[in-house]
Amino acid sequence: MTDLPNSTLHLQADSVECSRDDRLLFENLSVDVSGGEALILEGRNGTGKTTLLRILCGLRRPDEGEVRWSGVSIEECAVDFHRHMVYVGHLDGIKRELTALENLRVLQTLSGRGRYSVEEALEAVKLGGFEDIPVHFLSAGQKRRAALARLLVTDARLWVLDEPFTSLDVYGIELVESLMDNHLSTAGALVMTSHHQVHLSAGVVKRLNLSAD
Amino acid sequence: MSVWQAFIELLKRDLRLAMRRRAEIANPLLFFVMVIVLFPLGVGAEPNLLERMSAGVVWVAALLAALLTLDSIFRSDFEDGTLEQLLLSAQPLSVMVLAKVVAHWLVTGLPLLLVAPLLAMLLGMKSEAMGTLMLSLLLGTPVLSLIGAIGVALTVGLRRAGVILSLLVLPLYVPVLIFGAAAVDAAASGLPVAGQLYILAAFLAMALSLAPVAAASALRISLS
Repeated sequence: MTDLPNSTLHLQADSVECSRDDRLLFENLSVDVSGGEALILEGRNGTGKTTLLRILCGLRRPDEGEVRWSGVSIEECAVDFHRHMVYVGHLDGIKRELTALENLRVLQTLSGRGRYSVEEALEAVKLGGFEDIPVHFLSAGQKRRAALARLLVTDARLWVLDEPFTSLDVYGIELVESLMDNHLSTAGALVMTSHHQVHLSAGVVKRLNLSAD
Repeated sequence: MSVWQAFIELLKRDLRLAMRRRAEIANPLLFFVMVIVLFPLGVGAEPNLLERMSAGVVWVAALLAALLTLDSIFRSDFEDGTLEQLLLSAQPLSVMVLAKVVAHWLVTGLPLLLVAPLLAMLLGMKSEAMGTLMLSLLLGTPVLSLIGAIGVALTVGLRRAGVILSLLVLPLYVPVLIFGAAAVDAAASGLPVAGQLYILAAFLAMALSLAPVAAASALRISLS
């Protein structure tokens, strides 16, 4: 396992283009995120925020252009890229029948251990005491927290988050913001969309509006 | 983190999930039993006729039961987003697909294999053919799961995948059915069966090496 020096943490999308059902979402779009930076994507519904995030994390291929991780196309360094990237999408990506502990343990084995153990990560998202309950019995907000605990259990330096605050309460949002601040201040990078106001006190915050023509 | 460890962890997860929704295990098994129990009621309880048809009936029922369960290989993972996470994990996707298929076979194929002799006896199959029946199912049912995984991976993004999945997968199932049933038939009439079994083993070797890779690529397309 290669340890990534912070200076090489660099995600770059080079003039990507994407259309969906014959509708052009964006073209000639370039994005640049390094360690300690947060990129917040803005724009109205249906302007392609989620699509752009899926392109950036390699789930979808751009129609034109290329996404590069430390200068190498993410298709060529997929395993290395995926080890350093974590994505939390609209779907929580956790199994309802399993407990939060079991869910996170599988994810940790798949993507490599990080600084936090599974128990510590659950404690950090205030799910201590719920680790042995099938996720199915948790509330929507607690489920979302269990999904976000994924950010902590692996050693990901790049977080790609699609509406992370969905179904979280005020305290939950504050909690996640403090996790983000912590991540940025340790030279991590962040790309996210949100309909809520995001209050970040650490790192450099960049904004990109997709609906502006 | 070794690939092998991830393989085992994913396999364990899928088996644990299966234990928590037992209805899914029972469903194909019940279907298999019902088809074979209902068959004599339909065609009449004539021992000679039933004995002659037993190999084919058991194999067809096993094949349809396998087809019935295919969708569960990737569907629920697709719906709750764990499939996305699997694609983004730092492990080779084809190995992860293989882990899922193995889990699927253990949950759906293995129980069929275990009850098959009992049901074959019900149809009056000769005891000489039992060993071959077990062996042909042991070689054949994993092929059904592996080929099925490709079909499901291709169709998992579609809302109503049922019909198209059957159309995609059934033609590829036919050779397995032909050689599986032929082996059992040959054994019942006291002929050598090595040829058919070798062909089934060859199918299995080919499916084991190619299907996970094909299914992995199909999943990437389905999720993009």
